[in-house]
Amino acid sequence: MNKAVVVRDLTKKFGTFTAVNKLNFEVDKGEVFGFLGANGAGKTTAIKILCGLSKPSSGQVTVAGFDAYKQSELIKKNIGYMSQRFSLYDDLTIAENIRFYGGIYGLKRVEIQSKIKEYVKKLNLEEFEGRKVIDLPLGIKQKLAFSVANVHNPAIIFLDEPTSGVDPITRRQFWDMIYLEAAHGKTIFVTTHYMDEAEYCDRITIMVDGKIEALDSPSKLKKEFNTQNISEIFLKLSRKQNTSQN
Amino acid sequence: MKGFIIKEFLQIFRDYRSMAILFGIPIAQILLFGFALNMDLNNAHIAIVNKSGDSKSIELINKINSSDYFIVDQVFNSEKDIEAAFQQGEIKEVIVIPEDFSARLATNQKVELQVVADASDPNTASILVNYTQAVVSSFQQQNIKGSSTSLPLIQVESRFKYNESLKSVYMFVPGVFTIILMLVSAMMTSISIAREKELGTMEILLVSPITPVQIILGKVFPYVLLSFINAGLILLLSAFVFGMPFSGSITLLLAEALLFILMALSLGIFISTVSNSQQTAMLLSMFALLLPTILLSGFVFPIKNMPDVLQWLSHLMPGKWFIIIVKAIILKGAGIAELWKETLIIFSMTLFFIGLSVKKFNIRLSTN
Repeated sequence: MNKAVVVRDLTKKFGTFTAVNKLNFEVDKGEVFGFLGANGAGKTTAIKILCGLSKPSSGQVTVAGFDAYKQSELIKKNIGYMSQRFSLYDDLTIAENIRFYGGIYGLKRVEIQSKIKEYVKKLNLEEFEGRKVIDLPLGIKQKLAFSVANVHNPAIIFLDEPTSGVDPITRRQFWDMIYLEAAHGKTIFVTTHYMDEAEYCDRITIMVDGKIEALDSPSKLKKEFNTQNISEIFLKLSRKQNTSQN
Repeated sequence: MKGFIIKEFLQIFRDYRSMAILFGIPIAQILLFGFALNMDLNNAHIAIVNKSGDSKSIELINKINSSDYFIVDQVFNSEKDIEAAFQQGEIKEVIVIPEDFSARLATNQKVELQVVADASDPNTASILVNYTQAVVSSFQQQNIKGSSTSLPLIQVESRFKYNESLKSVYMFVPGVFTIILMLVSAMMTSISIAREKELGTMEILLVSPITPVQIILGKVFPYVLLSFINAGLILLLSAFVFGMPFSGSITLLLAEALLFILMALSLGIFISTVSNSQQTAMLLSMFALLLPTILLSGFVFPIKNMPDVLQWLSHLMPGKWFIIIVKAIILKGAGIAELWKETLIIFSMTLFFIGLSVKKFNIRLSTN
């Protein structure tokens, strides 16, 4: 079993609107897999289905080797999730947040204690210790949210637009964190609408109107579409979609 | 689960607004209602026009003055002064004693006293007139006993059972008790669940192995405990500050309160499943819950006087049933044998809202 995620003909409909239309892709273990698309292209819907936040209308989904329909409890133990809102409890301190999320994943008290120490050291949070999350700078919050999603050492981490609203330097630092985890064998599944970030991924998928329009490594895609950067590919695909509609 | 409850407590205690709502409002309400919404009248200022001026009339005035209800401020000689006295505002009622008062009384003839009340506040006026009648009739009785010829009078002696002194405190404590439990339990849970949705932490919780049932239980448990403490606090206040008598079993009362708290909490959970922000949750619980409870539960307005449609609607108010239970236990000392029907109604409402919330929750997952 070398696949972290296997998706076959995944479709999600809201009434008559098809948000996600027959997706097919596989993600290898240890891969940094990027999911690109404009707002409303279906990225978030797809990632929500993979995380079990939403049920698919049809199609097969296997995450971390478990079936999304029957084994969703097992999937939950093996994935981490961070949303674009850096969902931490504003009125709790850093340690209290880590303790809470650790507790939810059934970590023992000793393990949680060592995690708190580890994160404070790794993220240079000494000066923020004992402060409430609401007082933290956005960049620190983002890193903390990522660490918290990682607290139970999951096989796959899903990141839903993890860098929205953050300055370029912090974004760069954040990607360093992602690489570090990938180097440890973790699979990273990330959605973004920053095209420069796509270059950091091992492979990318470009979604347009609920469908996958391109899927390969950034360099191969650039060759295939004969462009200098991912942005142009993205624009070409979006325009093609628009002209075919008109 | 344990961590969840600890976290919830931490959040409640850190949020000063929550704390204020949780404990400030109940205490303020019970005191406010107790002192401000007091419908009993004591020491009302009145005036008397004494045209008779003899010993019998003085006796009556003394009798009136010595009752707790009245203070005789002024004694006039003619009716001309009445208007001016009312206009000054101090005087709420004037009693006119006729010239031939003691003469007619001595010969057992019919005596007519005139009572003029300031009806710019109709409630107060009618209560004062009632009090006056009570005092005068007891004066009359003394005099008849004293006289040689007794009239064959039919005396109606009314007795107000379960609230002999007609204190309004006894009437509103059950109501305030109900409303506060409703407010705190339903509003606070719905707001706190809506907050998790707003912050996006709910998503993280749903992605984690913790089940929705555990999330809800973890959320609800602290509020059950706090509401229960609140219930105790209200009862203590009403007992020690207002001298509310407790004729029934305290254990039964607390058990019923616990059931009602659970009902309110499940209602709160239901509200939170239909609202996505704290504001919506707050407004929904205020307008959809609190106002109907106050108006239709029989707390302020008697249900029997309402049009049929509203009477029918009032059956849907959980608060109505709980007020009946609380009144019956506190004032009448009723036991579970008399109250099983109301208890069952609240119990089924609880199950209904829990079922509805679970269903709603599942639908949300498949349509999201």
